[in-house]
Amino acid sequence: MIINYCIAKLNKFLASQVKRPSVRYWNEPQKEDKSRDGENTGEAAVQQDRRAKKRKQKDETSKSDPFPGSAPIPKDRLQKFKRKDKITKPPRHYRKLKQVITRSEEASDLALKQAARFDLLLPEDAGFLEGDEDEDTCTISQEDIAEAVDITSGAKYFNLKLTQFGPYRVDYSKTGRLLLLGGRRGHLACFDWQTKQLMCEINVMESISDVKWLHTDSMFAVAQKQWLYVYDSNGIELHCIRKFNDVLRMQFLPYHFLLATASATSFLQYLDVSTGKEVAAICTKTGRLDVMCQNPHNAIIHLGHSNGTVTLWSPNQKEALVKMLCHQGGVRSVAVDKMGNYMVTSGMDKKLKVFDIRALKPLTSYFLPAGASCLSLSQRGLLSAATGDVVQVYRDVWSTPVTKPYMAHRVRGSVWGLQFCPFEDVLGVGHGEGFTSMLVPGAGEPNFDGLDANPYRSAKQRQEWEVKALLEKIQPELISLDPTDLGRVDRATFEQRHQEKVQSLGFDPHAKEKFVPKFKKKGRSSAGAVERRKKQVAHVDQRVIKMFATSCRINK
Amino acid sequence: YAKLSTHGCISYVVFRFQMKVKVLSRNPDDYVRETKLDIQRVPRNYDPSLHPFEVSREYTRALNATKLERVFAKPFLASLDGHRDGVNCLAKHTQSLSTLLSGSCDGELKVWDLTKRECVRTLQAHEGFIRGVVVRYCGTSFFTVGDDKTIKQWTMETPGYGEEEEPLNTILGKTVFTGLDHHQNKSVFATCGQQVDIWDEQRSSPIRSFSWGVDSFSSIRFNPVETDLLGSCASDRSIILYDMRESTPLKKVVMTMRSNTLCWNPMEAFHFTCANEDYNLYTYDMRFLEKPIKVHMDHVSAVLDVDYSPTGQEFVSASFDKTIRIFPKNDGHSREVYHTKRMQHVICVKWSSDSKYILSGSDEMNIRLWKANAAEKLGVLSHREREAANYSQKLKEKFQHHPQIRRIARHRHLPKIFSFYRFGFSSTKPGSVPVLSEKEKHVVSVVK
Repeated sequence: MIINYCIAKLNKFLASQVKRPSVRYWNEPQKEDKSRDGENTGEAAVQQDRRAKKRKQKDETSKSDPFPGSAPIPKDRLQKFKRKDKITKPPRHYRKLKQVITRSEEASDLALKQAARFDLLLPEDAGFLEGDEDEDTCTISQEDIAEAVDITSGAKYFNLKLTQFGPYRVDYSKTGRLLLLGGRRGHLACFDWQTKQLMCEINVMESISDVKWLHTDSMFAVAQKQWLYVYDSNGIELHCIRKFNDVLRMQFLPYHFLLATASATSFLQYLDVSTGKEVAAICTKTGRLDVMCQNPHNAIIHLGHSNGTVTLWSPNQKEALVKMLCHQGGVRSVAVDKMGNYMVTSGMDKKLKVFDIRALKPLTSYFLPAGASCLSLSQRGLLSAATGDVVQVYRDVWSTPVTKPYMAHRVRGSVWGLQFCPFEDVLGVGHGEGFTSMLVPGAGEPNFDGLDANPYRSAKQRQEWEVKALLEKIQPELISLDPTDLGRVDRATFEQRHQEKVQSLGFDPHAKEKFVPKFKKKGRSSAGAVERRKKQVAHVDQRVIKMFATSCRINK
Repeated sequence: YAKLSTHGCISYVVFRFQMKVKVLSRNPDDYVRETKLDIQRVPRNYDPSLHPFEVSREYTRALNATKLERVFAKPFLASLDGHRDGVNCLAKHTQSLSTLLSGSCDGELKVWDLTKRECVRTLQAHEGFIRGVVVRYCGTSFFTVGDDKTIKQWTMETPGYGEEEEPLNTILGKTVFTGLDHHQNKSVFATCGQQVDIWDEQRSSPIRSFSWGVDSFSSIRFNPVETDLLGSCASDRSIILYDMRESTPLKKVVMTMRSNTLCWNPMEAFHFTCANEDYNLYTYDMRFLEKPIKVHMDHVSAVLDVDYSPTGQEFVSASFDKTIRIFPKNDGHSREVYHTKRMQHVICVKWSSDSKYILSGSDEMNIRLWKANAAEKLGVLSHREREAANYSQKLKEKFQHHPQIRRIARHRHLPKIFSFYRFGFSSTKPGSVPVLSEKEKHVVSVVK
């Protein structure tokens, strides 16, 4: 009752504030007639007005909106889509610059809100696993989970017994549809792991150190004993690249179409798979490179070394961008999360360390009784660590201190390769006795983007996507620690150009003449008055120079 | 556990399965289309973690868009051939987009159909140059003035078979007329020659004459928004503004060199641009004539004609240096330059009323039809084409300052003669000559 009354009052107040359009000369003078009637009937008119007002109030109270305004958006969702903080506005006399900045910030705000609202429409939810109060989730076995869920999900837990051809390296394609297995003794197989449809199975008669899918499901690269080979998905050898020799590990950078390879001779080489040319060959001089991972956020390659350091490389520099001392023994494995915030490393000193890779600072350190030989991070931040034949999955290693694993599983042989399947709650483990696919609820990103990596795409969609991706291929010169470098203001070039101009002209065109106060008569130019006049202008000089320089840089 | 059937173990099985578990499993029916006749389903997720390298990818797309714009930049559409002497003036039809009138230096007037790109009517309007053509606002008749000191009014309809071309009305004047313009909605037109005259269509002598100590005017223009204002370019290097309702001119601005023509901005009532002999164009606010709003510099010879786009955002200028340039209204440099080996000195230029085409008449007897946006696809575009074009345009604007993209977007092929027009550095000692801003340099005085 009280609330309705208050709302009615508010509406009335708002209605009185609304501007009525001004009288136009072509509108017929209706008010004059009304006023004439009003004068004649006096009191009766006043009573009529009062009754009309009451009727209006009643109508308003019955139609008032209990939740006025647009729906609120939760702050964490807005934070997820936020790109950059607002910049400080230039002073008043830079009108055009200010208008441009204001307009672009309004557009960014609108885009942010729209994206945050769209989040509500995402169809799928992430998986989860919750035990009872006194039950640890890490004691729940894979068979129990497989029985408790539906048939299709249960079929995602399977074992392949391949004992003959050695421990297996694993790679899932970018859409998560196809799986590539490479055995140490030369066994190579690629198949659709959900339908178990085999695409090719060959033996290359040589030892295989690593396998990697290229940009589509039609080609993959195999690092064999001597050289690098590229095969078709039907098992046909397409290329034998002799320049890349003794390759131990490979990483594919999907948006640059670059295959980065780390060799036993301490060479880090980049191959552009769209043109087939070697983009860069860096002699790292750090010994045998067999620990490698990529940062998906900025396409930087992380290499782990036997002296406990992790080095960061880009194809544009001959030296490492960053060298971090992470462990007391050698580094056994490195993994970086998809947002490029955290790096997880495990070393011979049986420690598992989490670093903030943007600030290059250590965050937490855990002690594992047996160390971890393989690490893998899922799309939703679950970390899988494998020691011997036990695979353990941890949740939230960087936010809250972790005391026990989320899940654990023992496989048949010693683990050789580990990878989470994109967009599925599945972890693929390649070991000495074959391959195991285990269920990890909550690992995969539930909602994929149809235009980027779409597991349900048709052949036509894949062709269109491939053409667009090739057109948007990022040049390797743009790889740097901060991927938003291109959007920054280029101060260095402005300074250089300014210096060149000063040299060529002989004077600084931006420099203002020193302010000399005018000599005033009748005693108004005493020493104190002159100083006061000088003081008034002093701060303006400093500000104007800075603001002018900033506007020059932005307009460039 | 399921196999054991003793009482104790059954309760253990029940206890065991009280965990809550959900594994991600998608129903393919939600993600794959039902029939071949449907469109494909594309679920979207705008999470930035799924779309890394935003800036680099957008930069690459902007680079591709800029390169493709240069690839598809083919602005020349057609050449209208038929005149037997240089084309002196062009006139747009006020009601029909596809009709164009052109007057040549031998007194011949041609009416063109732009859709078929052919001449539909020819008539001998004057003996000597045709100095001005303008279509009346209703579109049923048009006026011409020529070197034989006459003003003639003709009907827009082609005369029937066997009938001769006869003007509706002929007015004999005392002196040569050099310019003509018609009022936006009244039956009034203005001519200029030795003085500026305002004529009523029914009278054979001017209803008002303005003069300000100048003996020859080169052009006269009515303001399309404030319809009673006029502007004219005089031979004493000045621009004089008039109000038709008053008896004397309003004010004039004297510049360093003579203006050939002027054109009012159809969207801003008080802005006009004049084409000057000192290779520049000047945009003035008629209220503040002391300084031009903008100096547009890019031509290398005298600018002969200027016309605004109906959007008021850009204008096109024709110059003696055989090129036409398109300038944005508030930019000092041109965004586009059109030239051909066959096009000689361009005398007159017009921007079509749907803001898509530019017509230029030159002194080698041809009228050329160009696209206003060189890389634009003409015709009806589908929704996706329009979206893609808008997206590319926005990307090009966003990254226009990056050096690689600017280099490609600015690149135009100009004939070799232009490499001679390069301005060197001054050799005076800095500080000896007082530094004047570019805008202040060109105005000599303003007289009220």
